[in-house]
Amino acid sequence: MEQAQSAPMPRLLANPRWKAVAETVAIPVIALVTAAIVFSGFLLFLGKNPLQFFALVWQGGFGSAFSLQNTLQRAAPLILTGLAFAIPAIIGLTMIGAEGALVLGGFAAAALAVPLVAAGSPPMLMLVLTAGMAMCTGAALIMIVGWLRHGRQVNETIASLLLTYIAIATMNFFVEGLLRDPASANKPSTVPIGKDYMIGPIPGTEVHWGFAAGLVLAVLLWLLMSRTTFGFAARVTGGNPRAAQAQGLPVGMLILACSAISGACAGLAGFYEVTAIHGQANASLVAGFGFTGILVSFLARHNPLAIVIVAILFGAIEASGGLIQRRMDLPDATAAVLQGLIFVILLASETLQGRIALFQPASDKRA
Amino acid sequence: MTVTRLSRRSLLKSGAAGLATAALPFGLSRPAMAQEALTLGVVYVGPRDDFGWNQAHAVAMEILKSVPNVTVIEEENVPETDACAKSMESMINLDGAKLVLGTSFGYFDPFMIDLATKYPDIQFRHAAPLWNKDKHPANLGGYFCYLNQAHYVDGVAAALSSASGKIGFVAAKPIPTVLSNINSVLLGARSVRPDATVQVIFTGEWSMPVREAEATNALVDAGCDVITCHVDGPKVVIETAEGRGVKTCGHNASQAPLAPKGFITGAEYKWETIYTMYADMLAKGEALPNVVVGGYHNDMVRNTPYGAGATPEAIAAADAAIEGLKAGKPIYVGPLKDNAGNVVIDKTYDNYDPFLDGMGYLLEGVIGSIT
Repeated sequence: MEQAQSAPMPRLLANPRWKAVAETVAIPVIALVTAAIVFSGFLLFLGKNPLQFFALVWQGGFGSAFSLQNTLQRAAPLILTGLAFAIPAIIGLTMIGAEGALVLGGFAAAALAVPLVAAGSPPMLMLVLTAGMAMCTGAALIMIVGWLRHGRQVNETIASLLLTYIAIATMNFFVEGLLRDPASANKPSTVPIGKDYMIGPIPGTEVHWGFAAGLVLAVLLWLLMSRTTFGFAARVTGGNPRAAQAQGLPVGMLILACSAISGACAGLAGFYEVTAIHGQANASLVAGFGFTGILVSFLARHNPLAIVIVAILFGAIEASGGLIQRRMDLPDATAAVLQGLIFVILLASETLQGRIALFQPASDKRA
Repeated sequence: MTVTRLSRRSLLKSGAAGLATAALPFGLSRPAMAQEALTLGVVYVGPRDDFGWNQAHAVAMEILKSVPNVTVIEEENVPETDACAKSMESMINLDGAKLVLGTSFGYFDPFMIDLATKYPDIQFRHAAPLWNKDKHPANLGGYFCYLNQAHYVDGVAAALSSASGKIGFVAAKPIPTVLSNINSVLLGARSVRPDATVQVIFTGEWSMPVREAEATNALVDAGCDVITCHVDGPKVVIETAEGRGVKTCGHNASQAPLAPKGFITGAEYKWETIYTMYADMLAKGEALPNVVVGGYHNDMVRNTPYGAGATPEAIAAADAAIEGLKAGKPIYVGPLKDNAGNVVIDKTYDNYDPFLDGMGYLLEGVIGSIT
């Protein structure tokens, strides 16, 4: 590689700091473009027009005020579940229990809401209490996994996956038994909290407040993980837990804290599903948001700010999925194929890290 | 706001091609034309080829596609979350749909209720008897077939095709619709074989193929030699039972191709009767009724053509049972006890009596528990 000063590259890239940022952005973008090209080939093979496909993604995802709001609404839970995966990932844990924390958190919120609504509590008080309940429940669930990991060396991926099934079964047990609304004969549910107690949309839009909460949390968690000693300690632990321990970092506490944040994010997503969408807890809470969040986080390389962008992209793919089914006569699995392609190509593109000369600091050049 | 119990006769009158087309799943060309172009949106909760609930709707939907000036747009695998509301809204906003059919139970409350309020000029119809004229918007409604009548016929045919008289039932959740199907199988079986029993296992989920296979195996191990079910997609149950060499009765759509050796008959919805009626009314520019419900007497359910597992006596008795149901013969002839010995049905009820919609028990002769 040429000397930085003499190289014909954009001036911004002359700064090593900007090079690192450019690399972080460029690799996922390259992966996305590659996925789009491969997917186009797949469409051509099926005898469909790729240009029409991408035009429909645009129309269904961003093309009108309705489409954009559809996208943002679908992105809302994905931001929160993406964060739920990303924070433990930064400390080196593959925690896939967001689905369980979402379901159990949402259920806990709905269960607490029943007596509060019956007692005539002010809506704001009820919402604050149930949100707290949802976050604490989700946090407690994932903290069990964190403790098992640190205290008992139990694989956190397996533990969090299995706890997800237990969480869903627990909700079903109560929703179909003790806490079942007798009026919900053919779809067992808790007693509805009622329109007066539900969270309305963000004024001027039809998007619920969960989206705003996701944005705020993404910024806060980005600050926490990249600009504080806590975040630094977490990243060091993620790099090498033994070294972190040797340095005297409280690894166990850090793992528990990251688990708690993870569960709280997912629990909050469950809270919004209950108080902004369903108005009650039932089997519809098990919608796979927790698992899609894993993809979102990977695509965003566990960066809380990037998660917002990726979640919106996924929201757009899902929002336009129906339009694609209807207009192009493609099966529903089409959107899943695209998501899967993006995921696989993105994982493969990780190997490009540090291999594109343009992004390497000038001092790295080999003589 | 009318409640239509459409009769066969009125349906025949309503359109020359009406029933003729209903009998042919893929329709004939129709002389009727919608007065103005109409786009109709359909939302399914699962895949359209699930050998079950969704397939039953999708097959019937093919008939509407044949109506000139009617465009059918479909979306499958739409979960019962705000995704269903957004899909329907997308059909309205981006494709200009004027009639939206939601075919899954959980779409109704709150999603379709809210949408009907938000879009008063669009018609919404939902595949369950949930609409209430005092509580819900007038541009919303429901349609439903009482499938338990066809399960009653399954029971008749199963009892006479079985060696042991033990029928196994793989059930999803202990909710009234499912319980009614289980109890109807029992009553059908006992109408021709008083010592028949139905053993039931609940899987707890609408679609849980692994547990459905386990339940099927457990029932066969317990001595059941006819297996039937009420789960979303009966494919696994029927195939597992066929593999174990026992006979089967289907549910929702035709599973006959899955069990060439042991298939007896199956309970099937006949959604095309409703969809054809909708198409006829739309073609004439008439307003759709809010509620359409029915069963055998108005051609809204049917039994799958008999398979190799059905004995001649079973076929004769099942045909007679169908004729009885068409004439309005009641299934629930009281008094009846539940399997704990309490009288739960005090008298004889009509097959459409709302009292039966709230069923929360298994009748005497059913082995199993809902808790």
